[in-house]
Amino acid sequence: MFDLAAQGSQMSAVLTLSPLVVGFINKVKARFLRRSGPPILQPYRDLLRLLRKETVLADHASWLFRSTPYLVFATTWVAAALVPTFATGLLFSWSGDLIAVIALLGSARFFLALAGMDVGTSFGGLGSSRETMFASLAEPAMIMIIFTVSLIAGSTQLSEIAASTLSHYQLRVSFGLALIGLAIVAIAENGRIPVDNPATHLELTMVHEAMILEYSGRHLAMIELASALKLLLYLSVIACIFAPWGLATANGDARAFVYGVLAYLAKLAIGGFLLALFEVSTAKMRVFRVPDFLGAALMLGLLGTLLLFVSRSF
Amino acid sequence: MKQLYFDVAHLLAGGLVLASFVLLYQDRMSGLINVFTVQAILLSFSVGWQAHIQRAPHLYVTAAIALIFKALVIPLSLQNMIERMRIHREIEVVGGIGMTMLLGIALVALSLVVVLPATAAADPLAREDIAFALSVVLLGLLMMVTRRNAVSQVIGFMSLENGLILAATGAKGMPFVVEISVAFSVLIAFIVIGIFLFRIRERFDTVDLQELDRVRGDQR
Amino acid sequence: MPLTIALWSIAAMLALAGVVAFNQRVDATRIVYGLCFGFCLILFCTTIIPRGAVALTATLPLGLPWVGAHFRLDVLSAFFLAVVNLGGAAASCYAIGYGTHEKHPLRVLPFFPAFLAGMNLVVLSDDAFGFLVAWEFMSLSSWALVLAHHENAENRQAAFIYLMMASFGTLSLLMAFGLLAGSVGDYSFTAVRAAALEPWKSSLILALTLLGTGSKAGLVPLHIWLPLAHPAAPSHVSALMSSVMTKVAVYGFIRIVFDLLGKPDFWWGIAPMTLGAITAALGILFAMIQSDLKKLLAFSTIENIGVVFIGLGLALAFRANSLGLAAALAFTAALFHVFNHSLFKSILFFGAGAVETGTGERDIERLGGLIRVMPCTAFVLLGASLAISALPPFNGFVSEWLVFQAILLSPSLPQWSLKLIVPAVGVTLALSAALTAGCFVRAYGVAFLGRARSRAAAGATETDRWSLSAMSALLGLCLVAGILPSFLIDTISPAARQFVGGRMPAQGEIPWLSIAPIAESRSSYNGLLVCIFIVVSAFLAARVIHVFASRKVRRGAAWDCGFPDPSPMTQYTGSSFAQPIRRALGNVVFVAKDHLDMPTPGDMRAARLGIEIRDRVFEYLYAPISRSVGFCADQLNKAHFLTIQGYLSLVFAALVMLLLVVAIWR
Repeated sequence: MFDLAAQGSQMSAVLTLSPLVVGFINKVKARFLRRSGPPILQPYRDLLRLLRKETVLADHASWLFRSTPYLVFATTWVAAALVPTFATGLLFSWSGDLIAVIALLGSARFFLALAGMDVGTSFGGLGSSRETMFASLAEPAMIMIIFTVSLIAGSTQLSEIAASTLSHYQLRVSFGLALIGLAIVAIAENGRIPVDNPATHLELTMVHEAMILEYSGRHLAMIELASALKLLLYLSVIACIFAPWGLATANGDARAFVYGVLAYLAKLAIGGFLLALFEVSTAKMRVFRVPDFLGAALMLGLLGTLLLFVSRSF
Repeated sequence: MKQLYFDVAHLLAGGLVLASFVLLYQDRMSGLINVFTVQAILLSFSVGWQAHIQRAPHLYVTAAIALIFKALVIPLSLQNMIERMRIHREIEVVGGIGMTMLLGIALVALSLVVVLPATAAADPLAREDIAFALSVVLLGLLMMVTRRNAVSQVIGFMSLENGLILAATGAKGMPFVVEISVAFSVLIAFIVIGIFLFRIRERFDTVDLQELDRVRGDQR
Repeated sequence: MPLTIALWSIAAMLALAGVVAFNQRVDATRIVYGLCFGFCLILFCTTIIPRGAVALTATLPLGLPWVGAHFRLDVLSAFFLAVVNLGGAAASCYAIGYGTHEKHPLRVLPFFPAFLAGMNLVVLSDDAFGFLVAWEFMSLSSWALVLAHHENAENRQAAFIYLMMASFGTLSLLMAFGLLAGSVGDYSFTAVRAAALEPWKSSLILALTLLGTGSKAGLVPLHIWLPLAHPAAPSHVSALMSSVMTKVAVYGFIRIVFDLLGKPDFWWGIAPMTLGAITAALGILFAMIQSDLKKLLAFSTIENIGVVFIGLGLALAFRANSLGLAAALAFTAALFHVFNHSLFKSILFFGAGAVETGTGERDIERLGGLIRVMPCTAFVLLGASLAISALPPFNGFVSEWLVFQAILLSPSLPQWSLKLIVPAVGVTLALSAALTAGCFVRAYGVAFLGRARSRAAAGATETDRWSLSAMSALLGLCLVAGILPSFLIDTISPAARQFVGGRMPAQGEIPWLSIAPIAESRSSYNGLLVCIFIVVSAFLAARVIHVFASRKVRRGAAWDCGFPDPSPMTQYTGSSFAQPIRRALGNVVFVAKDHLDMPTPGDMRAARLGIEIRDRVFEYLYAPISRSVGFCADQLNKAHFLTIQGYLSLVFAALVMLLLVVAIWR
């Protein structure tokens, strides 16, 4: 019973915390740029506003267009619920490992790309084709990073990886390479500067925004929530693998859980701060330099895996 | 504790290899010099860490020499030189980044395959450091082979030297005298190359090797 | 008993082929396909009758008098028989509807049952002679089917290349069997299993088998016939060729290398793994740039065959190092992928046939918006695209996941070459998996979504009930295999134990129907739970929002940043979608150049974009070979025009050469 409550609270926690993380990052970015910025709770207000609005659909939009926001939201939420946030070994954490989490995000991206093609405008195709190119390099990079991390930890289950890192912290080369690679992939997958600008509406710079250009009202709210969940998921994955201190174990008591929650909130804050810092210090790349950027992540993952194949102490 | 020694040494050596990779695809002069500075700083930390775990105080001097010469003096004078030659804004044509990276990984794999089985009986820390050092040497050579600008070739040569120093410190017990002579020879080679570069620039108004080939008369 | 039923059904199929060939009645299409459907179902049922662990054998007095015809039904044959007949049944059911659109049915009807019979016979054969006869029979009947529309010059060219590559494959297999049987010449597989082989012989047989079965399966560089021949045949035959015939080739490889050759050396796994990785990458990159729907699917088949061979190569490497569990995992992953691919590739080819019948077009650049006019086909093809892109909760994800788990076990391999090759293979596999999703987003998005790009696409008709039921049944199987993979893994487990000497833990005993290939603490996946979570979350979200927020919808013109263009020509085409990938990744595998011809301002002519693609494999391998063959033929042609003295000297030289050989050999 307690297990079910813990799992349920994780699922609702990721849902409620994700707009907060987005609001926090926007606020920090604005502060760095000497602006006062929007309030931290602004994304909640935006979501509520969008939910109450009427949806405007293009004349020839199909049932796929209408059901994609719910499917994207569902797959992203399930993926986010599988990542340990404040506790490992929850009731259903064994139903999907890190590879399954990434594949679920791939499903979401598949549907979103199809929705971009659905309305039959050039912007949608633009977004889908650029997103496909980024994904064709970001996913292999992510898989190689998963290989590196799993070879060190001996498992692909996130709970096991966190436990292994906690028991003997690895300052290994391959671990460091995996961290840098994962940071690059996380930036690319979430459409942050330098890969994509989440606040733009210029054709030259749109990738994610171009795919969802035709969405409005509650559909747009679902998709925005899904992107926020994806960002939270990547921050949680980085925290779980590389900074697992404070994670409660499955048979911990209530105090351990409270510590876990506080540690998780702190990790989210630090992660959001670092992301905001990185975003304000670089400029957005040209689209055709992004394959080089992602290729670097792929090479880092490959190098890490190669080193681990060759010798156990790398 | 021993595990920590391993891990930090590997981290620093791995950072050196990573810096060599980054050097491979830099196409701006200032970027090249900055990454080379980072590589030299990592080298000095690595040598310093080796000095700590091997309890060899003379290696601290090596680390200090690397830090002062390779991380301060040489980059600053290179920066000065390229500004006087007015090539500090040049963008060099670098071969496709994918191909270069794949070649780099293949070279790292080659050095691992060569060093690790051959030294199976030796101290694990030393042999893995030597494997990394050989990778840095090979990557420096790759950089020299794939570049056209003479300044980039000089930096490739310098990173090759960094790899050699890493290898020398990994194998325990490199005498003080040898180290100073190595450092001085590097410095002298650098001065000579600098003078030549200036002369070449004066005569031909360029340091691009393909242009120089044309002047030499070997039309291809 | 099951073997007898199977053999009688095959005989019935051959008899049916003969009857149709000699009877020539045009209106028998539905009856013939219905009968084929029945026979395939019977054959499928014979595989699921529990036989115990013993292999059933039978010897018939057919063929060579001193050899007879041996047949064997063991766990491996049963699995592949099930795969073949599932595909065959689905194709027959589809053809009951699709076959009525065929303009020349008598070119297809006699050869279809013959093709099915040939494939079944290959899987059941237990001696080299029967295997090769059945193999050739399968190739020739499919060649006849490829030539069904021979009025098209492309189809004739495709059939010619197919015939040459098939003959080359059979020649390699013939030599391989010759080496296996040895100088004694007993061709039955039981005798071959008992014999011991020298190492040099084993390696030569491995190479020949790889050439022979690889050319039929579509391994690079022997794949060039596949994208030409598979699209040329009618759609139900293409589906059979892609999803089933390639698997029969995989069966041939497994039977010879895993069963007849004995314990492998560690380096045996290197060739299938590297060839598989190159095939996977090359296949999907070529698929990305195709605009012909069936050619795209053929290249995607090549990619999936690459994945299967990667799994088989890993299994060989593990087995050579006596790592039983890892070998079983890799072997299971390969066979699971064989099953999965036969399912979703059939659906995709059926869908391509439905599109071709409904619109008359195969080029995706002339389609678009089909989701509105062909809704059921579009829904089924969406499911199939999700399955082939290895996305949960469908079955493609499970086999990819198993292969990745097998790669994660590879650091325990001691040999250095394997330690370096497996990470490279892993990264190529990951790259091709990611590109598959992109390829099918492109194919489905351009063909089915958006607005219609031609009048044919706007006026398309939905497919008939038979085709739809075949496709939906297969899609249901895909979903079941993705949600409940433990049953399939446990079915493959006896084959793994017999052929690679290890077994995975029994998956049926794991709670909640998850799969945990190595140990539960190490990695596990539960397709059922993931699927339930996704469905429940989606419904919950939709319900909550519709009840508490709003369900108002208004239709209007597309926003398009305020500049909506009514012409469907402003949509992204297939080549524009693929352009970033062509530019970023294309230059390694093929040479892709965009030639843009922009008129100067004031010039009223249209701008032209030309895309030049050069196939490196064809240029560097096949073109020189065909040129040298032509050259040798020209030189040998001179022998037609010799004088009498020239001919006499030829005879004299041959006689002297033979005498010299006799002298030296002594």
